[in-house]
Amino acid sequence: MSNKYALKPDELKKEFEQKKPRLLKGEFAGKDWWDLPVEFRDGNWCFPAKPEVLDDLHFANPRKWAATDKDWQLPAGWEKTIRDGMKDRLKRFRSFKVFMDSCVRCGACADKCHFFLGTGDPKNMPVLRAELLRSVYRNDFTGLAKILKNFSGSRTLTADVIKEWHMYFNQCTECRRCSVFCPMGIDTAEITMMARELLNLIGVNNNWILAPVANCNRTGNHLGIEPHTFEQNIMSMVDDIEDVTGVKVNPTFNRKGAEILFITPSGDVFGDPGVYTMMGYLLLFHHIGLDYTISTYASEGGNFGMFTSNEMMKKINAKMYHEAKRLGVKWILGGECGHMWRVVHQYMNTMNGPADFLKEPVSPITGTKFTNAKATKMVHIAEFTADLIKHGKLKLDPKRNDHLRTTFHDSCNVARGMGMLEEPRYVLNKVCNVFHEMPENTIREQTFCCGSGSGLNAEEFMDTRMRGGFPRASAVAHVREKHKVDSLVTICAIDRASLPALMRYWNPGVTVYGLHELVGNALIMKGEKKRTEDLRENPMAGFGEDDDDE
Amino acid sequence: MKKVLNPLIAVIVLALIPYAGITYGKLDYVFAIVIPYAAAAILVLGMLFRLVDWIRRPVPFNIPTTCGQEQSLDWVKTNPLECPSNPFMAAMRVLSEVFLFRSLFRNTKAELHSGPKLVYGSHKWLWLGGLAFHWSMLVIVVRHARFFLETLPMPIGLLESFDSFLDVTVPAFYITDAIALAAITFLVLRRLSDEKMRILSLSTDYFPLFLFGAIAVIGISMRYVTKVNVMPVKSLAMTLAHFGFDAPEPIGVLFYIHLFLVCVLLAYIPFSKLVHMGGIFLSPTRNLPNNSRAWRHVNPWNPDIKFRTYAEYEDEFREKMKKAGLPVEKQ
Repeated sequence: MSNKYALKPDELKKEFEQKKPRLLKGEFAGKDWWDLPVEFRDGNWCFPAKPEVLDDLHFANPRKWAATDKDWQLPAGWEKTIRDGMKDRLKRFRSFKVFMDSCVRCGACADKCHFFLGTGDPKNMPVLRAELLRSVYRNDFTGLAKILKNFSGSRTLTADVIKEWHMYFNQCTECRRCSVFCPMGIDTAEITMMARELLNLIGVNNNWILAPVANCNRTGNHLGIEPHTFEQNIMSMVDDIEDVTGVKVNPTFNRKGAEILFITPSGDVFGDPGVYTMMGYLLLFHHIGLDYTISTYASEGGNFGMFTSNEMMKKINAKMYHEAKRLGVKWILGGECGHMWRVVHQYMNTMNGPADFLKEPVSPITGTKFTNAKATKMVHIAEFTADLIKHGKLKLDPKRNDHLRTTFHDSCNVARGMGMLEEPRYVLNKVCNVFHEMPENTIREQTFCCGSGSGLNAEEFMDTRMRGGFPRASAVAHVREKHKVDSLVTICAIDRASLPALMRYWNPGVTVYGLHELVGNALIMKGEKKRTEDLRENPMAGFGEDDDDE
Repeated sequence: MKKVLNPLIAVIVLALIPYAGITYGKLDYVFAIVIPYAAAAILVLGMLFRLVDWIRRPVPFNIPTTCGQEQSLDWVKTNPLECPSNPFMAAMRVLSEVFLFRSLFRNTKAELHSGPKLVYGSHKWLWLGGLAFHWSMLVIVVRHARFFLETLPMPIGLLESFDSFLDVTVPAFYITDAIALAAITFLVLRRLSDEKMRILSLSTDYFPLFLFGAIAVIGISMRYVTKVNVMPVKSLAMTLAHFGFDAPEPIGVLFYIHLFLVCVLLAYIPFSKLVHMGGIFLSPTRNLPNNSRAWRHVNPWNPDIKFRTYAEYEDEFREKMKKAGLPVEKQ
């Protein structure tokens, strides 16, 4: 892979070989972290939001600038804006206050962050990432620490501190892995969310986050797809499905009176390989005769508002319930996505509920009551499908995935912000025959981020992404060597968008799949033609013209 | 290494204050009565303030870090402690953190090997050292109750006899004294020996360790080496326990250094990282049940946010929608 925003894989490998077994890169003897310079260069920063995007969102300080500029054109009085913003958030979020106060710097989190493991930059140790903010907090919001500045590690807020925040709070994907290991339960994701809210107050931002936010607000989805195009795209998948299976599925759009509203990330409608996952959903719903509809208005499961501010998260999320109410559905079914599910699981009902107009979700096929979703009224597709399979409602031929040797990548938010670990594994094991787990320190609640989550999937951020994704790639390489695994299965749209690049970089030959794409491959559809190809029109193993069909 | 030397000097200077005060200033009353009451008051009021200050702040969202399978379908095995689905199990989770340092037990150490590849080894030393430090400190504090009480309650007596079962010195040797010293030494050395720890540690991380160390060393030397006369110590402790103000009988200066450093520690707790002893109970990633889809969590300041409604959306795209055959509300 050649790209001006990333080192060649061999160069990065060499860097790692030279410093091993050390994780840190560089010499730090006798230095304090606050004296280490912040260096923006190609590949380690995301382009800032365009002025028109900020205008659209009524966000602060629209201007043309770059992180490499000496002067960031911060608005007059920005120090006060940040200080007041911090004070306000300390008041509104107990988490923020407790996390500022109770870190003992035990260092358990230090080598748990994928960005630290990949960059060797000490300020990517979660404890120091938090200290970037905490040092200012101690200076401005606590009494004694101010007097003994160096002793207590506190410092004055300056433009350089803002640069440092921008660098390192955009080298955190809010994956929460550090918080699993923290004896105080300190969650750097929470601190990063606060820091990004603060930075947005003074116009220090990321176009890859804010452009989708603006799009989502206007068109209903991050990619800015207008309703007719959204519909056309899904209809073209219907044609592709017919080509592969001989079955014509019939999705409906914005249909009032449907039993279920289905919402998935727009990446599944427009991005490769997400579209194959979408084809899997469509086949599944057709197979069980589900009474569902897809909305062109609430056409985004993901929520980049989450990477901006809690208010923006709420604004974007509000469309789900608003549309469910308008269409009169009974409950909502959600597709495969990571941060979408953190929002749905931990925030949606608090922000935009109560959803009294919906019914407690019941599977129309099995009669199973999803009591764990009885208030939010939104069910994860993996829960839904696992229940179908458990009740024997799906006709599956796992041999149709015999051309794939799979492993499963837990999405950070689903693992650590929801706790859904078993259902996708259960489904995967029912639809394919070859499955191997990656090492135990890299899966389930200890899963490693793809390195591009939380709005950092930008092309110009490639160097940091490939480094941040290294721990995940290293775990995939392990099962590739040991078990010849060639297929990385995920339940996250950002993973589907970012892991292909990561695999091309570190593990060429490993392909990324969505879970329901494999479900779609395995489903024996009523009236189907002889299936010889998977949904990507790749030949299946043992299903060729000359092979003996069962 | 100013970060390490400064706190060491600070502790030495602090130790010299009572030395000078007792030896040259004859300020026994100040160090025996005034400062201990002041320190206790600062600790109690300070911690109360901190706790009330934290509790007053709302918890807008239900954000537990889930470290195991959630409760979902009946047949899926759940992990009730790491992913509690009700407040009782969430409380158990917090207690397992407080008493057993459960999250720290997971600790691993990452190393970069040839390939390049990352290798993770189990790394329980921090867990063991931390647990040894905190528990031995607790036992030592509880043991000190014998100074403040007329008759020793049975559980404390039992604790003492367990602690001194080795019985190799006169007076009997307490194992926790050795464990505490070893643990403090380990906790200091790990900050110095690992380059990651060297960068992330602040003076305020070394200071309390040195303070604990000095208190322990002086306490131990009073018991086993200089053999301080415990009668006046006991009578001072009884005075303090009864909120009395009687002047103390003469006690060795070593005792006053011990007492003064303890006072410094007590007064330091509410204003330093040592507040983590309260913070751990209030950490929203640990003390909330993961049931936010089943029960609505209420945000007291839930803001009114204007979002783009379907009607506004349809107004912009109506013609395109009609052309594509999508249903519309208004023609």
